[in-house]
Amino acid sequence: MDIYLPIAGLSVNIVVIILLGGAVGMLSGMFGVGGGFLTTPLLIFYGIPPTVAAASASTQVTGASVSGVFAHMRRGGVDFHMGAVLVVGGLLGTLFGALLFELLEAWGQADTVINILYTLLLGGIGGLMAKDAWRSLSASRSGKPMPASKRRHHPLVASLPGRWRFYRSGLYISPLAPLILGFLTGILTMLLGVGGGFIMVPAMLYILGMSANVVVGTSLFQILFVTMSSTMVHSLTTRAVDIVLAIFLLIGSVTGAQIGARLAQRMRPDYLRFLLAAIVLIVALRMALGLGWRPDEIYTVQFL
Amino acid sequence: MIVRLLLILAFLLPLPALAQSAGEPKLVPDVSQRKINIQSRFTGAELLMFGAIIYPRGVAPEGQIDVAVVLRGPTRPIILREKQKVAGIWVNADSIDFRSAPAYYAIASSRPIEKIVDARTAAIYELGLKRLQLSPTGEIQTREVRRFTDGLVELNRKDGLFAEAPGEVDITDQVLYRARLTLPSSVPEGRYIAETLLIRDGRVIMADDSVAVEISKTGFERFVTIMAQEYGLLYGAFAVLISLFLGWFAGYVFGRL
Repeated sequence: MDIYLPIAGLSVNIVVIILLGGAVGMLSGMFGVGGGFLTTPLLIFYGIPPTVAAASASTQVTGASVSGVFAHMRRGGVDFHMGAVLVVGGLLGTLFGALLFELLEAWGQADTVINILYTLLLGGIGGLMAKDAWRSLSASRSGKPMPASKRRHHPLVASLPGRWRFYRSGLYISPLAPLILGFLTGILTMLLGVGGGFIMVPAMLYILGMSANVVVGTSLFQILFVTMSSTMVHSLTTRAVDIVLAIFLLIGSVTGAQIGARLAQRMRPDYLRFLLAAIVLIVALRMALGLGWRPDEIYTVQFL
Repeated sequence: MIVRLLLILAFLLPLPALAQSAGEPKLVPDVSQRKINIQSRFTGAELLMFGAIIYPRGVAPEGQIDVAVVLRGPTRPIILREKQKVAGIWVNADSIDFRSAPAYYAIASSRPIEKIVDARTAAIYELGLKRLQLSPTGEIQTREVRRFTDGLVELNRKDGLFAEAPGEVDITDQVLYRARLTLPSSVPEGRYIAETLLIRDGRVIMADDSVAVEISKTGFERFVTIMAQEYGLLYGAFAVLISLFLGWFAGYVFGRL
């Protein structure tokens, strides 16, 4: 079953797109990541123009995260106060990201910068998560309790001026910390078509030190608003959102997200984190190889 | 259907030829579709380019006749970038500006181009992927232009946007000819010019580029494109709403299960 994508300007197999959306949606439901870090490269690999892939992936992440947000809201897993600060930072970040994207395009290095960013971010975060998950796994295997970490949040966070109380997160920190975090992920959303959950979740845990039960819900809450904004910015600047592509991705991913959320409840969080770390590392490795190996296509065309 | 059409043409065509003064033969080219609509089920198209050769007094001359057909998409300015390995990673290092790169170019001929015309004629009529005139801007060495042109040809060839089909034009009784060209689903919209060349003894004796094929999105696809291009705010808002709705709807349905 083939369908023509009016903005991407080529025809694709619907089943492939729906399955791709479904697989990514499952991850999003399980881990609270948008899954854009998988959708965008996979779409590009399938032959969709990179800008269309990034723009449409952000539209898809909106849909995948909305049901997750509702699910987490019902069980009180969203810190709205923290979420609002993150969203404000994220909105500023998408605008700045759009500017950055235009500069990189004019310079001709957009795809290289994007690939390097992907490799470094995914590699660094994947490694961090794997190390941590491995430690807690082996600790629970050997029966010894984990050495309790004394530090709640990163010392840099504590040095920022002004403090707000975030009750659900169990934090008393400067609002500048989540604002900057939101801003940075907003830039990534615009550049990479990712929601930024794979950065947000570990950053919330390890840098802000939020309590684990609101991390996923609050991350999804922020992703929801930032991807909405990124879809709008793309619609107004690159005009690369392919609604047909987004709808078929969504049909897969909203279903997958529901299944993923259910699976997550039955799995042990340690294993879950370890699995996510493995997936992130595999994508990072693939990206790194792509940078070093001779690419299939040496030449790229940019229309004027 | 097409065969019958060709037969009818063959019967009808000698008549006007009688009125024509003796001398050069005439070409009557046509294509199977003058308008290609891109709709949701569009997966590319196959175009039959066919026609007849009318000889003065209706007599085919001695010697071999060759036919080449070219289908050329709209031209546009592009930047072509080339990746090179710099400090261990592949980055865009070199680039060239082409003022007129065709979005699509396919050529079919009754025999390989090199065998039917000399290099100069082939260059004049832009016959073959090696002889595309892309009008590079700025002062660039010929060797570099060659390298980039080959790069673009290779890239577009893989995507099916450039094609060369030697020996794919069938000529029947020195009068009727036909060739099949394929268009991938990624062909851009625009006016495509179908050119037919009649070649004998290494010379182009007749060339015709009066036939055009219009490729355009229609219906829903056209509507979506216009909305995205002209009404970005509305389009973006709609995209956001539909993704919110689908996400909420799935949550609602699964919540009841």
